[in-house]
Amino acid sequence: MQLELKDLYDGFRDAKTIKAYKKIIEEDAKKLNRTINIMEVCGGHTHTIMKYGIPQLLPSNIKFIHGPGCPVCIMPKERIDHAYILSMQDDVILVTLGDMIKVPGSNGSLQDARSKGADVRFVYSPMDCLKIAKENPTKKIIFFAIGFETTTPMTAALLDIVIKQEIKNIFFHINHVTVPEVMRELIDSRDEHVDSYNHNIDAFLGPSHVSVISGSKIYEEFPKNYKKPVVVAGFEPVDVMQAISMIVKQFCEDRCELEIEYKRLVTYEGNIKAQELINKYFQKVCLFKWRGLGNIKDSGLKLKAEYSKYDAEVIYKEILPIEEIEDHKLCICSDILRGMASPTDCTIFGTACKPNKPVGSCMVSSEGACAAYYKYGNLLK
Amino acid sequence: MKTVTLAHGNGGAENQELISKVFYKAFKNEILTKSEDAAVIEDGNLAFTTDSFTVSPLFFNGADIGKLSICGTCNDLAMMGAKPKYLTCSVIIEEGFEIKSLEKIVKSMKNELEINGAIIVSGDTKVVPKGSVDKIFINTTGIGQILQKGISSNLISSEDIIIVSRDIGCHGATIFAAREGMDMNSDLKSDCASLYPQIKALIEAGIKITALRDATRGGVSAVLNEWANQSDICIEVQEDKIPISDEVKGICELLGFEPMSLANEGTFVMAIKKEEALKALEVLQKFENSNNACIIGEVTQQYPKKVVLNSAWGTKRFLELPTGELLPRIC
Ligand code: SF4
Ligand code: SF4
Repeated sequence: MQLELKDLYDGFRDAKTIKAYKKIIEEDAKKLNRTINIMEVCGGHTHTIMKYGIPQLLPSNIKFIHGPGCPVCIMPKERIDHAYILSMQDDVILVTLGDMIKVPGSNGSLQDARSKGADVRFVYSPMDCLKIAKENPTKKIIFFAIGFETTTPMTAALLDIVIKQEIKNIFFHINHVTVPEVMRELIDSRDEHVDSYNHNIDAFLGPSHVSVISGSKIYEEFPKNYKKPVVVAGFEPVDVMQAISMIVKQFCEDRCELEIEYKRLVTYEGNIKAQELINKYFQKVCLFKWRGLGNIKDSGLKLKAEYSKYDAEVIYKEILPIEEIEDHKLCICSDILRGMASPTDCTIFGTACKPNKPVGSCMVSSEGACAAYYKYGNLLK
Repeated sequence: MKTVTLAHGNGGAENQELISKVFYKAFKNEILTKSEDAAVIEDGNLAFTTDSFTVSPLFFNGADIGKLSICGTCNDLAMMGAKPKYLTCSVIIEEGFEIKSLEKIVKSMKNELEINGAIIVSGDTKVVPKGSVDKIFINTTGIGQILQKGISSNLISSEDIIIVSRDIGCHGATIFAAREGMDMNSDLKSDCASLYPQIKALIEAGIKITALRDATRGGVSAVLNEWANQSDICIEVQEDKIPISDEVKGICELLGFEPMSLANEGTFVMAIKKEEALKALEVLQKFENSNNACIIGEVTQQYPKKVVLNSAWGTKRFLELPTGELLPRIC
């Protein structure tokens, strides 16, 4: 990795710029005679919003509601159990990304598996699997792949290398999910029992890293078919403030559009090469279960049938359970992920449920809404 | 708490829970519960402390486990205003360990002892079968003579302001970069250093220090939280005043860490009366490894027992104790 580390944040935390956007938003918000609820889809944004205290800068009629968060947060227990079981096989090294090892399944988390002797490793890049596979020729390396559109190309690229170099001991358990499907679900979903899943979403903040790969085009349907503006935004405080000002402007000017705030890297088309690689190896699964949200149509990916000899779900079919598992009764993640409730509405927030002992998905990943409120939120108005 | 996890060694919330629920519960006494860097004994004349060192990799940019094992214990003594004098040294070595590496480690220890003017007066060596320890563990225990009495984390008041001795997080970031095999385009280097020379200079300049602590595991965040708690005060930190190098900021961005929670091995936090602050900075800035010492915050009563971070754009948030297995085992 060769990079100028400064490039990662420089300029995007400038106090003057942030204050200038605060003024613009305040002025524009006065022209509105209503409250606007902006949903950030990704936990990365939730984290930025809470860490930098953005709600403290906004007028009272501009509100955030937090969305599904992240591929870590929304991983259902069933899938975590798969990872747990696989990791417990004698000849297996289970490899996954960071926070994933903390998520509790029904037998415990991968961290627990590790303390019981399983070989669980976390990596920053799927490519690290190549080194692990080389150093452990007698072991089966199973990459438990997670992530939105952002990380999918990396998994595909790893598979590409595995095939081309005829590496025999790397396998995949695929849990990649896609963003537009869950956004649609949030708008469309109804709960017949409570009759209350009439969403509150007025506009979306789209995660920039997803669109670097998929382009902004994946959000086109939301302004067009659902009348919800979308602004694709970066993760720095300046990015978020600018994106909010763009959304407020749209409402003031009675526009409803898809806009890109994060022009540094996002284009309408996205990274075509990466998209081709994904399409080569992956296909949609018809139903993928999201923790807290249930089964969502076409929202997950799996390996195409012709690559099934690399698919751990196929190879270990016999030992991987398929029954559905209920989430904790007191946990209201499902309402939070839908933007219907705030973490502080949960009766066990900060007491029985804390980041080091998470009960539900939103407290697990450091970027889940409950975790962000726990860590940064207690000074909020 | 059923089993000990790596999180229990993080210097943060779980670590404190383990200490208070298991060790303090059994060993409780007046000296121990003061919870200072070193115990103050013999009518306030001597400081006494111990620490064990386990680090991976053993050699890293800026230091090695040998240097660390002397700095760590001597710094704990210095943080009570004491001059490090006598140390013991026990090592547990895994069979198969190279003598050459051992010699290198011991040489670093010698160098660092000289800087502190301290000597090793007793020791112990154990060799254990392969796999029983990770290469080498070193324990050092030290006694120092207190030069300035009354330095304590329990006595900070609204008359004090908070100084940090240099840019933070270098040690933690270096270890991460080394462990993750990151090939950084940078001069990232551990801050590992003996702090006694600076403390001696402060005391000789006649400066009265309220509290001192080196920000090791748990980082500056842990120190400030402990102080706020022990002295029942609110510490308000100006976020843009905290010195952090570009390299450390970058690594934190990359890995999602907070620089304030990263470990340091040669950085201390000081609480001192407002009127003495400038004089203290003048003394510190003469030293190479504290030439960017600066004031980062003040003591108020706004939210007792809490640390508040004020951003440059006018927002506030609490800075909590680090939790979870965020930081890998460092020392
Ligand atoms: S871990 Fe964080 S960045 Fe990654 S998907 Fe989850 S919320 Fe988003
Ligand atoms: S606080 Fe915990 S239990 Fe409650 S909604 Fe959040 S994650 Fe679920």
